[in-house]
Amino acid sequence: MNSFLHGFGCALPERVVSNDELAARLGCTSEWIESVCGIRERRWASAGQGVVELGAAAAEDCLSRTGVPASQIGMLILASGSARPGFPAPAAELAHRLGLGTTPVLDLPMASAGGLFGMVLAAKLSETYGDILIVAAEKMSAVIEAHPLDQNSAILFGDGAGAALVSQRPGGREILHTAIHSDGQFRNDLAYDTASALKMNGLTVIMQATRKLPAVIREVLEQAKLAPADVATFLVHQANQNLLMRVAKSLDVPADRVFSNIARYGNTSSASLLIAAAEWDRQNPPAGPVVFAAFGAGLHWGALLAR
Amino acid sequence: MPDTQQRLRTLVQNVAQKPAPEDPEESLFESGLLDSFALPDLVGAIETEFSIKVPDADLTPRKFDSIARMEAYLASHS
Repeated sequence: MNSFLHGFGCALPERVVSNDELAARLGCTSEWIESVCGIRERRWASAGQGVVELGAAAAEDCLSRTGVPASQIGMLILASGSARPGFPAPAAELAHRLGLGTTPVLDLPMASAGGLFGMVLAAKLSETYGDILIVAAEKMSAVIEAHPLDQNSAILFGDGAGAALVSQRPGGREILHTAIHSDGQFRNDLAYDTASALKMNGLTVIMQATRKLPAVIREVLEQAKLAPADVATFLVHQANQNLLMRVAKSLDVPADRVFSNIARYGNTSSASLLIAAAEWDRQNPPAGPVVFAAFGAGLHWGALLAR
Repeated sequence: MPDTQQRLRTLVQNVAQKPAPEDPEESLFESGLLDSFALPDLVGAIETEFSIKVPDADLTPRKFDSIARMEAYLASHS
């Protein structure tokens, strides 16, 4: 049985943090920030707005846009790398807020690639659980402000949440192929454990991402006997504008084939892919193959081909 | 044929569009010669020039951020 992507939703905090504001705190220039990552501004959540609140808003947006009542959801998957550690993890609270009753929930404590992994898992699990709501929510500002601001990470991250609905009911876009991978060899090159500041060896991360992202995209395309040029849109984790352009170059497709909203929201970790998908979907994109792809801490990376 | 170090210098110069450093131990990244997105280009150029395939497990600046480190890597994989 095949699965289908029925729609998306997203939620962004109201507060806009400009490059000028960050540059003043970090002792750099707003132009330098934009040059190294393509980000002009990001959103930071308020003190009372956490992963659950952002996730609930994105979930409700997704349910509203797909016309699916919460009572129809057979499983909830919540991805977040920035959720407060401990138990219970936040999916149970999110489900309670959404009125999901005794619907089973799964937490994916996974930054960056969490939204993509959630969609892939949902595609496999939907035969058993029916409609599956995937939410990816991040409050990365809490991570970077928990310790003295580090220039290299503070400029990148923003807060937000995205959501997607996967079902075996035909409709929306059919999920054709998926691929996910993990490799712990570089687990310490992008890591956060609350006791110390976020650690990011940018060189290693970029070297790995620039090879693994195009490779996993080609992996799902080859399963469908498609070439990168056949793909209408690539929706890729919004990590860094320079990385998005590098992915386009590696795949030999025009840069504008890779959707980008990172200038406005920054890197919202696991949420970025689904926020991008929600914005892309609202633009009434033409039919055609679309590839979702993500890479991040772990390392975890993967891709999903839909049409 | 030029020696390995000279061939690496040429590759660095081509990717950076600037002269390669005299000191082979100098970090190409910390010196500002290459940015983080140029280093993958350099690795690709090395793969082509020396007809090797650098596995993902070796994709780390510890092996590629100076001419001396690249030379050592190539020597260990020849």
